[in-house]
Amino acid sequence: MRFESPQTTKDAAALLAGAKGKGRVLAGGTDLLVQMKSGMVAPDLIVDIKRIPAMKAIKAEKGGMRIGGGVPSAEMSEHAALSKGWPGVVESADLIGSTQIQGRATLAGNLCNASPAADSVPAMVAIGAKARVVGAKKRRDVLVEKIVTGPGKTSLAKDELVESILLPKRPPRSGDAYLRFIPRTEMDIAVAGAAVSLSLDTKGVCTDARVILGAVGPRIIDAKAAAKALIGSKVDKAALKKMEEACSAVARPIDDKRGTKEFRKHVVGVLARRAAQIALKRAKGSK
Amino acid sequence: MSQIHVSTTINGDEAEFLCDADETLLDVLRDRLGLTGSKEGCGTGDCGACSVTVDGRLVCSCLMLGAEADGREIGTIEGMAKGEELHPLQTKFLEHAALQCGICTPGFLVAAKSLLERNPKPTETEVRYWLAGNLCRCTGYDKIVRAVMDAAKDMRRA
Ligand SMILES: Cc1cc2nc3c(=O)[nH]c(=O)nc-3n(C[C@H](O)[C@H](O)[C@H](O)COP(=O)(O)OP(=O)(O)OC[C@H]3O[C@@H](n4cnc5c(N)ncnc54)[C@H](O)[C@@H]3O)c2cc1C
Ligand code: FES
Ligand code: FES
Repeated sequence: MRFESPQTTKDAAALLAGAKGKGRVLAGGTDLLVQMKSGMVAPDLIVDIKRIPAMKAIKAEKGGMRIGGGVPSAEMSEHAALSKGWPGVVESADLIGSTQIQGRATLAGNLCNASPAADSVPAMVAIGAKARVVGAKKRRDVLVEKIVTGPGKTSLAKDELVESILLPKRPPRSGDAYLRFIPRTEMDIAVAGAAVSLSLDTKGVCTDARVILGAVGPRIIDAKAAAKALIGSKVDKAALKKMEEACSAVARPIDDKRGTKEFRKHVVGVLARRAAQIALKRAKGSK
Repeated sequence: MSQIHVSTTINGDEAEFLCDADETLLDVLRDRLGLTGSKEGCGTGDCGACSVTVDGRLVCSCLMLGAEADGREIGTIEGMAKGEELHPLQTKFLEHAALQCGICTPGFLVAAKSLLERNPKPTETEVRYWLAGNLCRCTGYDKIVRAVMDAAKDMRRA
């Protein structure tokens, strides 16, 4: 195995393009190293992206925030403007593993690892986050939901990597939130997760909403009927009940020792309802 | 396989080593540099026995490659006591009997030190959450949490 730590994203892409055998990007390594140790993956080339300046920065951009592919979640939680503007995304990244894991784990790694239970992905999709994908020849900006195609699978080409993720500018009176259920209080993988983002008009009527479910299907689920139940309402009890039911109806979970199908379907609705209530509160508190 | 030459700083001292591309920092510390204070409990990021700091940030050295350490500042348990003088956390762990077999202790100490550097006055809940990635099979955690709270109190007075 070869180890490289290039200084630019282009060089990283060129290394991946020219790799003999399997090339792998190394961000925080909290998935990759575990997989290498268990023999699940055996890369011929590792490209460490943490010496690339664009990968290490959190930068304001047109009212939004651009987060480099090498930024650990601990740095996100410490960033005041990020926590204030996109609390749902920050709280989802803050749920990943322990303090030690958060010192390394990145949003881009959580995304590109393509686990159906990845905590930050529903939260990013709910607010319309975009990934900047850089290849050896060209660069493209794509919605985060276009990256993961199935468990462990992404739409990235051999030479492509995610340089950064843009959290776009929030409309006025908007809020987001993410909640998950785990059987313990810390250090576990989601049995179900739900992210909600919503915007209000000046009268407090919901004008836009997205409800994204995690860990209850092979990919995230965009619960469109649930979002529709909120739009046009004041996010009152009746609307919340409708959205909760819509979430349970659309969930396609597996049955295993950590949660039965019925339980996951039920709990994902409860989580979505509670997340919507938090998002509502945040939207009312924001300008 | 050709080895990688790495120059780094460990507990304030310059250090150099050669390692394989797939060798973890934990293996380098223990097997190449003789710094065996960091322990391997699981090797998968779950137990925290291998906790070190990298450029001031707490991480699991079992989930980092040795090659990544080039130019970084690494802090390990060996840098905690100043010669014969124990760090207040170490003293309090002894006073409170916050260890039995001791395999988790270096990880807990490194993690707790990193907490108190950021938050000199943590609540019990904050201590418990910060240390959630450190596992102990022996003590039941209570004595560890009390030792950390007590050390924090002493350090604030100092
Ligand atoms: C103890 C423990 C607890 C955990 N708890 C959780 C949890 O609660 N919730 C959760 O969602 N996850 C959890 N995880 C999984 C993991 O920590 C997260 O998925 C994390 O966000 C991965 O980020 P990373 O930077 O470490 O990725 P890496 O391990 O560096 O990379 C993951 C994958 O993505 C690829 N990749 C990384 N960056 C890029 C990039 N910029 N462009 C293209 N490809 C890239 C890598 O090649 C690799 O295949 C846990 C892991 C451990 C060890
Ligand atoms: S040995 Fe590193 S976390 Fe257990
Ligand atoms: S003292 Fe034995 S594991 Fe903690």
